[in-house]
Amino acid sequence: MSAATNAPTLVEQLKGGLDAPICLTWELTYACNLECVHCLSSSGRRDPRELSTDEAKAVLDELHDLQVFYINIGGGEPMIRRDFFELVEYSINKGIGVKFSTNGAFIDADKARRLAAMDYLDIQISLDGTDAVTNDAVRGSGSYATAIQAMERLRDAGFGEFKISVVVTRHNVDQLDEFKALADSFGAQLRITRLRPSGRGADSWHDLHPTQPQQRQIYDWLLAHGDNVLTGDSFFHLNALGDEALPGLNMCGAGRVVCLIDPIGDVYACPFVIHDEFKAGSVRDTGGFSSIWKHSELFTELREPQSAGACASCGSYDACQGGCMAAKFFVGIPLDGPDPECVDGYGEAAMLSASSDDVTPPKPMMDHSRLARVPVKISAR
Amino acid sequence: MECAASTDASVVLDSSLDLHPQVALRHEPFGALAYHYDTRKLVFLKHPDVVRVVRSLADHATVADALAACKIDKRRWPSFDKALTSLYESEMLHERSN
Repeated sequence: MSAATNAPTLVEQLKGGLDAPICLTWELTYACNLECVHCLSSSGRRDPRELSTDEAKAVLDELHDLQVFYINIGGGEPMIRRDFFELVEYSINKGIGVKFSTNGAFIDADKARRLAAMDYLDIQISLDGTDAVTNDAVRGSGSYATAIQAMERLRDAGFGEFKISVVVTRHNVDQLDEFKALADSFGAQLRITRLRPSGRGADSWHDLHPTQPQQRQIYDWLLAHGDNVLTGDSFFHLNALGDEALPGLNMCGAGRVVCLIDPIGDVYACPFVIHDEFKAGSVRDTGGFSSIWKHSELFTELREPQSAGACASCGSYDACQGGCMAAKFFVGIPLDGPDPECVDGYGEAAMLSASSDDVTPPKPMMDHSRLARVPVKISAR
Repeated sequence: MECAASTDASVVLDSSLDLHPQVALRHEPFGALAYHYDTRKLVFLKHPDVVRVVRSLADHATVADALAACKIDKRRWPSFDKALTSLYESEMLHERSN
């Protein structure tokens, strides 16, 4: 828009922060029927401190006042909450559209019809493989069949275009064409996002994250298909692979255009950094969410110009922006160091030097994984 | 306006346009964000003057009238024309029926 020739670029403006988030994720509960090995929020058990229905509605009132257009609801499995429909309807009636992520286990024929009848509602069904073996290795036994069944029910109920949400791993990267075909067969939209070493992903990332040649594969695939595929702009670190930028904003939005409200009301810079270091406050604090968004020390800091640090002399920095803050943090790389998946290979060295010190990478906080069942030996007499 | 896919930038000036009823505008430091609740499209209005013109469209018979009323320098009209055409093509603006 040449009406604004002297103004800073849009990305520069966005880095300075917005009056309210564009992309707000709200994990409604840590409870989940699954226990995916890469779960970014280490979900499983419900937290007794979970926001009540009234507290959740008060947050929605605030988001309405801030003119947040839509929210991304996740978990855990958000449909486990008994007030799930009540909150979704409350939000939509306030003019806040809802997109929610689910594993599909609680979408029966009745709920599919109820969901299909609602406006301003988008649904993302999570799927990490186009066959049960690939998917269930990550998401748990039976989860492939459950997800496909939910998709069939949404289709049969006439929901329209839902989304299929895939976390790209070493094991499903060869299935990108098949994911696209599956989405097309349901009249659905494909969404692929980057795996981060967050939550339980901290333990599985080293085995699951795409190899260097696979990163090139993802970049090439997105250049060919990216216009019809959603990515949450999560692959911007791959832009260093070529001259052509991937579709999207290509910047880290943490605390600037993005943030996370967790199930107990804590506000983090993004969904992938559930750790005290990135906690800006709680919606239960005086001033609520708006005060955190506008005035918290953390978000103010994130909106200041960031140092390119170790990457300052690298010719690719403008393209990759140093990559993902969360990915660096949980593998022990300093925030101004290279992304662990740096396409020029600097991440490997940085990870090695981080782990060769006495320092170990920070552990994700807020672990709600279900406790391992320890077999109890019962003696006969 | 039949030629919705046209890139002929002069088309929009004589049209009677208005913000689509499903579009919400939110003020931002750089201008505004426009969100379309039906198409789920988010668009950045990157200059406060564009926002001013968009907000005033409903009060004027044509886009050209709105530009004049907002005291937009004639030399800047082509860029406004382009911006508003793009907003029309992405359905953020629609043609008034009256």
